[in-house]
Amino acid sequence: MNSSVSLTSREEIEVHRFSWPVSIGIPILAIFLQVFLRVRFLTVLDLPLLVTIFFAVARRRPIPGMITGALIGTLQDAWTGHPIGVFGIAKTIVGYLGSSLGVKVDVDNPGSRFLMTFAFVLIHRFVYMAISLQLVGGSEAWIWSHTLLSALVNGLAAVVLFAGLDKFKLRN
Amino acid sequence: MENFFTRYKNPLALMAVLFIQVVALATQVKRPEGAKPGSTGSGTRLIRVWTVTAFTPVEKVFVSTGRFFRDGWHNYADLRGVRKQNMELQDEVARLQMEQVRLKQDADQARRLQVLLDFKEKFITKTMAAQVIAFSGTEQSRLITIDKGSNDHIKTDMAVITPDGIVGKVKDVFKLSSQVLLINDHDSGAGVILENSRLQGIVKGTPLGELQINDIMSDEKVEAGEHVITSGGDRIYPKGYSVGTVIGATPDRENDPFLVIKVKPAADLNRLEEVLVITEMADNSRSAATGPEPMRAADILSERLPSVPKVDPNAPKTPGGTQTGVPAPKSSSTPAKVNKPVSAGTEQKAASMTGSTKPPTSSTGAAATTTIPGKTGAEAKKPSSGQTQASAAVPAETTPAKPKPTPKKVKTPAIAPDSTTPAPSAAPTATPKPAVGQEKPPL
Repeated sequence: MNSSVSLTSREEIEVHRFSWPVSIGIPILAIFLQVFLRVRFLTVLDLPLLVTIFFAVARRRPIPGMITGALIGTLQDAWTGHPIGVFGIAKTIVGYLGSSLGVKVDVDNPGSRFLMTFAFVLIHRFVYMAISLQLVGGSEAWIWSHTLLSALVNGLAAVVLFAGLDKFKLRN
Repeated sequence: MENFFTRYKNPLALMAVLFIQVVALATQVKRPEGAKPGSTGSGTRLIRVWTVTAFTPVEKVFVSTGRFFRDGWHNYADLRGVRKQNMELQDEVARLQMEQVRLKQDADQARRLQVLLDFKEKFITKTMAAQVIAFSGTEQSRLITIDKGSNDHIKTDMAVITPDGIVGKVKDVFKLSSQVLLINDHDSGAGVILENSRLQGIVKGTPLGELQINDIMSDEKVEAGEHVITSGGDRIYPKGYSVGTVIGATPDRENDPFLVIKVKPAADLNRLEEVLVITEMADNSRSAATGPEPMRAADILSERLPSVPKVDPNAPKTPGGTQTGVPAPKSSSTPAKVNKPVSAGTEQKAASMTGSTKPPTSSTGAAATTTIPGKTGAEAKKPSSGQTQASAAVPAETTPAKPKPTPKKVKTPAIAPDSTTPAPSAAPTATPKPAVGQEKPPL
């Protein structure tokens, strides 16, 4: 009986699978920590986004990647004041791009993980802003310094976090 | 065609998922105007209800456990030096009791004056303490979750405060918890007044989580350090509560004739642990009318300090202290007035009109008199400071030396609006002039 989640059948690239508890527990834990720990630093750090990127890149399949992003983003939306779906759409796109990227480049290297996360934070922010301004009618402001700082912090955190989450990968 | 779907399976799936989410988003944004979010969270998205409901018990356990250990340690640490602190506090209580007497007089007077001026502001009658168990976790939304919900009779749009200042308003209510939109969220707003200059505006949050007032003209002078309080005009926050302090005012480049006034919140919105939800507010004028009868400072003192001898034991003691020889109108020559319930506030206002028709004399003009030890008769009954205006609101207290049958006089203004006597003509003279040689009540 296979209790793990098999997410790819491609043999030419390294296949990573995760157990069900990890697949469900890690995203929930990330959301829980994000809303529970009232640390100002954590508002710059986007743990659900990092988890989305990690699973998307590790699974290397776009559809599971974007569904993971959609679910995590929608759950995160529940805690915010804006309409549900803003983070959901943004993380869906990030999940899709992350899994597509994971097929083509080496994403296990710390340097590439940093750059990849840095870029994805910017994309996530851009998509969020576009949805907020165009669809929801919000009054968001793009602040470059803040966005770059957030991308930098999340990129550095990703290097550490992904190294820890690598331990949950199931090897064949 | 099959080849097309197989080849572009992933992009098509992405488009499908995005389409579903955009449609779902649109249904929320295009919510009908009549659909008011219900007090029990009926207007809230189901996914939000499920998520918050699922997480809330776990967070409550975490918060309670942490609080248990933290409080246990603090309780132990606090025992040190508690005897000395107790004595100091007892002294402080005694001092504050004395001060309370004076403040009560001021508050009563202020309420009477507000009744006179027909102020319709609200003040807090009931609050509920709640614990912050979560926050939005993102900088794009300033929102906290508290551990009280519809089971605790929390409703949407209730104001949330701390002793330091206002925090925000209840946005969504669930069974066990509620979400509170902080005042520094960019979707928030509150009516405010600058305390010194009395300029009114609306304080709003910015995307960076700061507080700003944008609707004050640039020719107004606003200085840093000025206190900002709620105006009560938004009908959510009670009037007079602290919002913050002005930290700077600069011309608004985008909106030229206006200023951008930055405000530092009085409450620390980043470190909220416990808040108060205002669950009930009362109309100030009604409360002033139906509230406890005002008492003389001497009466309050004699209650608190029984050893203080009363100077004039033969003085007619009226229930409530200052319900002074002016009985409630039992009957009236005008039937309409008889059937119409007359509140105390109305009585007071009416009495003030009576006083206006006749200048206060030594016997009737000394409203809410304060007994001065060592003096007798009319001389001993001196009007207290600031009570000249109060005398306009509160019927004059009859002195024991010259008891006057005032009921007839009181009835006159009560029927004045219905009678041929034009009431407004008396109103301008209702504000009495301060009498010479007034003294403060000897507290």
